[in-house]
Amino acid sequence: MNVFTEALAWLFSPDRWEGPYSLPILFGQHMYYTLISVLIAGIIAIPLGWLIGHTGKGREIAVAVSGAARAIPSFGLMVLLVLILGVLRVPEAAIITFVLLAIPSLLAGAYTGLEAIDRRVLDSARSMGMTEWQVFWKVEVPLGLPLLVGGIRAALLQVIATVTIAAYVNLGGLGWPIIQGIPLRKFDQVLGGAILVAVLALIVDLIFALLQHAAVPAGVRAPTTTRRSRAAAAAAPAPATA
Amino acid sequence: MFTARKSRLALAGGAALAAVLVLGGCANSNPLDAPSEDSSSAGDTIVIGSQAYYSNEIIAEIYAQALEGADIKVDRQFNIGQRDAYMPDVESGAIDLFPEYTGNLLEYLDKDATATSPEDVYAALKEALPDGLTALDYAEASDQDTYTVLKSFAEENGLTTIGDLSKVTTPVTIGAAPEFEQRPYGPAAAKEVYGVDLGFSATGPTTLESLLAGEIQVADIYSADPAFQTEDIVALEDPENIILASNVVPIVSSDVADEISDVINAVSKKLTAEELVGLNVQSTVDQKSAEDIAKKWLADNDLS
Repeated sequence: MNVFTEALAWLFSPDRWEGPYSLPILFGQHMYYTLISVLIAGIIAIPLGWLIGHTGKGREIAVAVSGAARAIPSFGLMVLLVLILGVLRVPEAAIITFVLLAIPSLLAGAYTGLEAIDRRVLDSARSMGMTEWQVFWKVEVPLGLPLLVGGIRAALLQVIATVTIAAYVNLGGLGWPIIQGIPLRKFDQVLGGAILVAVLALIVDLIFALLQHAAVPAGVRAPTTTRRSRAAAAAAPAPATA
Repeated sequence: MFTARKSRLALAGGAALAAVLVLGGCANSNPLDAPSEDSSSAGDTIVIGSQAYYSNEIIAEIYAQALEGADIKVDRQFNIGQRDAYMPDVESGAIDLFPEYTGNLLEYLDKDATATSPEDVYAALKEALPDGLTALDYAEASDQDTYTVLKSFAEENGLTTIGDLSKVTTPVTIGAAPEFEQRPYGPAAAKEVYGVDLGFSATGPTTLESLLAGEIQVADIYSADPAFQTEDIVALEDPENIILASNVVPIVSSDVADEISDVINAVSKKLTAEELVGLNVQSTVDQKSAEDIAKKWLADNDLS
């Protein structure tokens, strides 16, 4: 517990709010790279996933990409890109790495969301006279939203955890205390940094769990009435229909 | 059909296989164990270790070939890792000889040490070493931090020492590994001792490239880096000795020190700073193996 209490002391020390490596600055850098990467990955992966889910074609590619690409060694890729693109393009190299990391989860969230929809629902929508675009935007996207939000949640968590490596190439972020603390053997700093990243990940996870729950369309939600109240409603005289 | 007899045979076979695997795993061979001969009597094998660092491996290979040239048997255990990994074996005597660096080792053994000049660091290191370990003579070659600038930048601004950086009118940033920011010879020390204001950029692995690209004006390039021969850079002088000197020093188990000190001290005498940079250039630029580099160097210096 000694190292743990030292880590908390480091976290809550007033020095953490001063200088170029203060917690607010590190947090801002961390969220900047996370959000930009997930946004770019979303622009690429979500429409693609929707296309695959709607047409049913290219499923095998999507499955392969979602599975295998998750295993990219991000640290190695980032260092490789920095070497290839040069020291003047370090932010771009890092963002490319995080985008590639986020794509699989977003792609999977998008296409499984659409794939999970009962085909009869889509048939009834078409038989009601909806055009393909209307079926897509009014039926498929809302029904696929919970799984898509789940995919966004997974992508965000993975990227938040991985953006810690950005500090290795001088981009700051919450990985900085870890990467500076290890060679200095200041383990209170290392643990403090790790705690920060873990807490951030948990908070984002909680927010998105709530969002995922809220994304379920109202008509699809499981009925919340209990058996007793349903029985009482059935026993009451049925209202006369006009 | 899977009869009761067959399933019992399969079970017995599986148990036998598991037993073989478990017993095989029980064989406790630590690759860093010293050979089983008694290592405290004269005339037997010297175990030499090295860090997982190509430059350190070359020095260790030089020691090894020098000892072999003096008819002493050598057991090479190279590329072990960082201090946390190999120091226990050096201290226990499982490794007899290890090429180390005075300042960095002193910092590891005694975090509160204040010595910075080569002689002071060496003296403090000898005190800080645990019983059973001795430091032989240290070499002029070092692998320590520097405040390095492009030769053109030094000429334009008339820079020879770190203190001269205050002559520069435009903002000056130093790039280095992340931990440099908090080191006792980092930007804070430059301000306090030399009155120089430096911005800090944690360039880490891209430090040299950033210096050459002009993103930073000063870089912490380690003094044995091949770039000192291959690029137009120059290290600024440190007359106040803020930087921790870190010369190459052989750390030996005390019981074998007498046996090998003559050979190794002769090597250390010839190992100057330029020589070490030259060795590193042969490895990184010419891609030669440690054995070839060591062989050639010992021959060129009449030490084989």
